[in-house]
Amino acid sequence: MSFAFLVFLSIITAATPLLLAALGEHVVEKSGVLNLGVEGMMIMGASLGFAVAILTGSSVLAIGAGIGAGMTLAGLFALFAVWGAANQVASGLALTILGTGVANVAGVSFIGMKRETIPSLSIPYLTDIPFLGRLLFGQDPFVYASLALALGISWWLGSTRGGLVLRGIGDNHSSAHALGHDVRVVRTLAILFGGGCAGLAGAYLSLIYTPFWSPGMTAGRGWIALAIVVFAGGRVWRLVLGAYLFGGMSMLQLHAQAGAIGIPAQFLSSLPYVATILALVLLGLRERRSQGNGTMFAKPFIPDR
Amino acid sequence: MPLELAARAHVSPLRTALTPALSFAAALLLGGLVVWLMGRSPVKAFDVYLIQPLTQGWAIQEIFLKATPLLLIAIGLSFCYRADRWNIGAEGQFVMGGLCGGGVAIACQGIGAWWVLPLMLSAGILGGMAYGALPAVLRNRLGVSEILSSLMLVYVAQLLLDWLVRGPWRDRKAFNMPQSITFDPAATLPALLPGGRVHWGLVFALLAALVAWYVLSRTVFGFAVRATGEAPKAARFGGFDAQRVTLTTFLISGGLAGLAGIAEVAGQIRQLQPVISPGYGFTAIIVAFLGRLSPPGIVLASVVMAVILIGAENAQIALKLPLDVAMIFQGLLLFCLLGGEALTRHRLVWMRA
Amino acid sequence: MKSWIKAALGAVAAAGLAASASAQEKLKVGFIYVGPVGDFGWTYQHDQGRLAIEKEFGARIETTFVEKVPENDSERAIEQLARTGHKLIYTTSFGYMEPTLRVAARYPGVKFEHATGVKRAANVATYSAKFHEGRYIAGQIAGRMTKTNTLGYVGAFPIPEVIAGINAFYLGAKSVNPNVKIKIVWVNSWFDPPKEADAAKVLLDQGVDVLTQHTDSPAPVQAASARGVLSFGQASDMSRFAPNHVLTSIIDDWNPYYIERTKAVLDGTWASKDTFDGLAKGKVVMGPYRNMPDDVKKMAETTEAGLRAGTMDAFKCPVLDQAGKPVECKGGDRLSDEQVFSMNFYVQGIDDKIPQ
Repeated sequence: MSFAFLVFLSIITAATPLLLAALGEHVVEKSGVLNLGVEGMMIMGASLGFAVAILTGSSVLAIGAGIGAGMTLAGLFALFAVWGAANQVASGLALTILGTGVANVAGVSFIGMKRETIPSLSIPYLTDIPFLGRLLFGQDPFVYASLALALGISWWLGSTRGGLVLRGIGDNHSSAHALGHDVRVVRTLAILFGGGCAGLAGAYLSLIYTPFWSPGMTAGRGWIALAIVVFAGGRVWRLVLGAYLFGGMSMLQLHAQAGAIGIPAQFLSSLPYVATILALVLLGLRERRSQGNGTMFAKPFIPDR
Repeated sequence: MPLELAARAHVSPLRTALTPALSFAAALLLGGLVVWLMGRSPVKAFDVYLIQPLTQGWAIQEIFLKATPLLLIAIGLSFCYRADRWNIGAEGQFVMGGLCGGGVAIACQGIGAWWVLPLMLSAGILGGMAYGALPAVLRNRLGVSEILSSLMLVYVAQLLLDWLVRGPWRDRKAFNMPQSITFDPAATLPALLPGGRVHWGLVFALLAALVAWYVLSRTVFGFAVRATGEAPKAARFGGFDAQRVTLTTFLISGGLAGLAGIAEVAGQIRQLQPVISPGYGFTAIIVAFLGRLSPPGIVLASVVMAVILIGAENAQIALKLPLDVAMIFQGLLLFCLLGGEALTRHRLVWMRA
Repeated sequence: MKSWIKAALGAVAAAGLAASASAQEKLKVGFIYVGPVGDFGWTYQHDQGRLAIEKEFGARIETTFVEKVPENDSERAIEQLARTGHKLIYTTSFGYMEPTLRVAARYPGVKFEHATGVKRAANVATYSAKFHEGRYIAGQIAGRMTKTNTLGYVGAFPIPEVIAGINAFYLGAKSVNPNVKIKIVWVNSWFDPPKEADAAKVLLDQGVDVLTQHTDSPAPVQAASARGVLSFGQASDMSRFAPNHVLTSIIDDWNPYYIERTKAVLDGTWASKDTFDGLAKGKVVMGPYRNMPDDVKKMAETTEAGLRAGTMDAFKCPVLDQAGKPVECKGGDRLSDEQVFSMNFYVQGIDDKIPQ
């Protein structure tokens, strides 16, 4: 198999957890909330997903547990940030800290255990087509799920009434409330969805990517997912592009090393972050918003009577 | 919804002052529950985490040593947060300060003059300020969210330090290990008490707290900061330039974080290493909230946080409790604080359907 | 009357005996770890050493460990152990050097053992192991097993210990296969499983068919196994993570050293020294040779015996640097321990640059 093809394959696996988490957070952001706790939800998904996998031996239950863990944590965030009118930034950070702590503690008894990775798809004739076969029909189930999710979210947000309501709430929660929409309920549902996606992304890490648990194994991917959401500037296709770009960047950095290209590893590692900042700059140049997103996200919504 | 939050018309000062204490108590109870679920005695954990660090002489020193960077950074953050500017990148500004000041120390190796240390400190402050200015400028000129830009810059700063310490600034005589030279005595922040571990950074921190208290409560600038945060439209109407407030608060925050960085490097670590902060920049965010964004509160909060962190280390030794339990407690504490905040400013009201 | 006096005296006597028995206090031994005990690599092996001394000395000692202590914030933890009555403290990472020395100066009655350190004091000893000997053997196996003549190395940090390992591995491979090439990727962490897996995949993409690592998790071994590629385990026996693809593991066995040093403290014979042993003293142990043909296994065993006896050495002079010039030979017919310990050059044949 050609080198470029193999490189591309490895980028897909690196990008998938980023894409899953970013898709969830995208929906949350569209509803007007910024949940900084993605990292916490992700690692909880990884920890609980792996624990359930070892305890029950069932991959399906494990995936469910991962999603559930993420949603539970997200529910906590919703309770405080949406219903408790608490500061969203602080709530998100608290979530990250709490989630990381609980995940690491819960995972202590599972360190050092291993299990088989969830097998990739293998359709008798289709998978064997050279090049395209493995690429299109030989991926693990999460990759297909992430792309399906991207399509689904894009359609739902753009073409359904529910999506329209959500976006309306995100744009102007007071007007939406005046129109009779229950802002807080919709936001809570969006946050729960985002949590489920983040938990799923975490489960991917501990069930397929490296099929075992180690403390802190998300290594900042949650933050990168946030960056991707911002990089996407509201468009799902840019989200997918961003995930593959950022996933690709980290892999390319390693490839450059292996190929003995003499660029300092730290420089290459910094590229995703620099790229995010550049993307933010470009977006800003385009939109010329004078206040910036910070204010909007930090203001909770309390229905006035 | 049957249960609703309604803003209180009047928030009594008593309630405001009591809330952090009550939130802390609530967090303690929850933390005790977690410890109990893990099969250890909550009472013993309470003793190890909170009582022991406060009652043993050596521990008191360590508390102040740990509280110093937290206090410095949190004071700076309080300016930003009061103005509704969310600087999440204090960690990066801390690293930049340590990096710039450390660079001066390395460049001045062997000189041993009296001005080396002040130069280092200045370099650290300026480095932190310049780095803190970036998110501010991006927000002012381009409307870029300072939350995300400051956060991304943290990683850039960390990677830059990593590269410098492993590369150009590596001590060639240290067996190729990733660290810089050990700083000369002239480039080290002296201890406050001979033989002690607490260094002058504590003095800077306390001074910063005092100045911050004065500025925030007694000066026009302080008022501008608070107004911009609490009533932005009115503030603009009153002639306060939001963009200037943005820039200034970030400069202050970046500068203080940078000072914390160089103080830690010159006072405690005494060389540059690839990692110079166990997450002070992020812990300081909690400290700022715990202190309700007010300088006296932050002084207390930084001590409390230092106690918890040191207690967590002790708990590893005494109770074999994993370090991450401290993280759980920190998260619980922050949530309890947020809940307490919400209940202070709002009331729970039963709505008739 | 007399009976209760007798009983009371007996009780007092018993109490006295008990008191003198407990005066034979337990030796408290402390361990400072840089990573989590569950890393299955470096820290795990040190913890095995701790469990070994617990087993060996039973009620005479009591051990404590503190894990995940960041190197730049370690002084307090080390001091805490010293302060709470621990009389023997093992600090298991290079970065603990200065803090260990500083605490040691304040607690002259406490003995410190600093792993991979270079500075000693009256109460600070240093110890390390000649892991590169194991690398040489692994290299020879790799050289024989590779079909693409491309070997992969997942490195953590470009410090001398790792560089020496790479060189020894390469020299071992070249000694049986002159056409062999090596590709190196740096993860910049001792323990970051997803990144280690990424690094492994990258090397595999670039045509590597035998993989080795100097990082602490089993991720590279697993990633290689998923693609049917052979690999070597690091620090602990990683064969259970990939039973059909792990050739051997280079195992750090600290047990004998820890038992020896703890006994020395118990007997009062402890003295500061530097220990840099390898296969000969059992510091480095090779995992069982598997998944290879018998003649390769034989070769490995012969090399192991030779290294153990000292007749063979990974760095037998002349050792040529990348430019082809022979490196000054300070150990007689081989590079000296100090040269190995501070190695910062690649040997000839490695087409790569050490990251600066």
